[in-house]
Amino acid sequence: MIDLDKIAYSYGGGDLLSDVSLSLAPGSFHFLTGPSGAGKTTFLKLCYGELIPTEGRATLYGRDLAQMSRDDIAMLRRRIGVVHQDCRFLDHLSLAENIALPLTVSGRSPHAEAQNIGDLMAWCGLSHRADARPPELSGGERQRAALARALILSPDVILADEPTGNVDWEMSQRLLALLTELNRMGKAVVVATHDLALIRLAKQRVQARVLRITDRRLQLAGADL
Amino acid sequence: MSLLDQFRDLLRGDVRADRVVPPSGMAARLTLAVAGAMAFLAVFALALSLATGRIASQWSHELTRTATVRITAAPAEMPALTEAALRVLRSTEGVESARALTPEEQKALLEPWFGSDLPIEALPVPQLIELRETRAGYDAEGLRLRLGAEVPGAVLDDHGRWRRPVVQASQRIRALGLLSLLLIAGVMAGMVTLAAHAALSANAQVIAVLRLVGARDAFIARAFVRRFTLRALWGSMTGTFLGAMAILLLPGMPTEGTLLTGIGFHGAAWLWCLTIPLVAAMAAFFATRAAARRNLRGLA
Repeated sequence: MIDLDKIAYSYGGGDLLSDVSLSLAPGSFHFLTGPSGAGKTTFLKLCYGELIPTEGRATLYGRDLAQMSRDDIAMLRRRIGVVHQDCRFLDHLSLAENIALPLTVSGRSPHAEAQNIGDLMAWCGLSHRADARPPELSGGERQRAALARALILSPDVILADEPTGNVDWEMSQRLLALLTELNRMGKAVVVATHDLALIRLAKQRVQARVLRITDRRLQLAGADL
Repeated sequence: MSLLDQFRDLLRGDVRADRVVPPSGMAARLTLAVAGAMAFLAVFALALSLATGRIASQWSHELTRTATVRITAAPAEMPALTEAALRVLRSTEGVESARALTPEEQKALLEPWFGSDLPIEALPVPQLIELRETRAGYDAEGLRLRLGAEVPGAVLDDHGRWRRPVVQASQRIRALGLLSLLLIAGVMAGMVTLAAHAALSANAQVIAVLRLVGARDAFIARAFVRRFTLRALWGSMTGTFLGAMAILLLPGMPTEGTLLTGIGFHGAAWLWCLTIPLVAAMAAFFATRAAARRNLRGLA
């Protein structure tokens, strides 16, 4: 689905990532760790086409990212669910409208998919918050809502950037439970986090590979994880 | 997507897609106000342009086929000279008719300057003869020579001396009116472009979210274009309505055919007002579309 072949990314004359290779297969689960500023977010952005590698070749669903137009990338993003640490909602829309946003931009009617939206919100435990505006939500609710929005188009890949960064341990476990359930459904999941406790917990539940970004390179993490 | 498709989308609308852009904002209010003010001014520019065009055409048409012979002589000689001049005129090829103005008509001509109680009989007022030419026209130079030879003191005035500059001035005012309309449309397009740029910049986060969830540039641009086009349409409709009302309420004056009383719309000319909101909406559509494309390219 997503293949990165010896890619590098430089910005402003400095290398942020170098010689990174990874292939995301359906049903795979990867954790991405590393210190702050190591390049985890940059790596994820390369995976969903927000950034184009300055070297190497990134292939999304069999197509070379460097050869794709902005519209092509937009179409492919509908097959990749992205969850950001800051969630990024449209504050003037209700939570239900925010979750339905991918449907709206892809020309599908949220009315026709009301059942799906309702089910997804119930699955994320947000049914009672459908009409709330994003600023009214707690950190955990925002993260779950961001996950619901990422899933509304049934993507094959879920990329989550520090999804538990702003929530307590209990909520982190709840989010992890949702992500592992999605993985069992056959979706590829990549979670960037520096929460080692969460990674250890996840490894008890799913077959997860842990990757670490060190010195701009991607490495398989040691057995201590 | 073709331009026609974009217009169709614009008219059809999509409430959900429209909602992705935050509803309020300084830029949107500015567009509404500018469109209203510009449309109000456009109504006046259009009215002035139509009025001057109409007056130029009227003066030009009415005066082209008439001329005046002025006879200056002692009162005792005046009847004979008038009769002689009429004979010359009636026998001139190209002159359709000629008649001497009555004392009442001459008094009416002087009334605006001297008042209604003018004792015209006591004044050495020249006798005026009005002549109307045929479509083929007459030889003005030949007629002048004949009048000079047969009717001493008779002067032919074909009105060209003052008609030409008046018609020219009217035509220029009309051209200035049209130029004003173009400038108004240009200024409005410029203001809408600035407002659209400001709105796009202010909504950079919204655009980032839309892109994150898979929105294509055309979708994002459409949401902004529709917002600004409709604002410009509503604003200009209001401005046009108020401008038309102001024209309608202009005080009437007894004299017809002057520039001041001619300002306004007559009959079907009112329909021209309907073009103002349409032109404003089109200007906003193209201005926002260009601004959105440029801005989205820059944000990529």
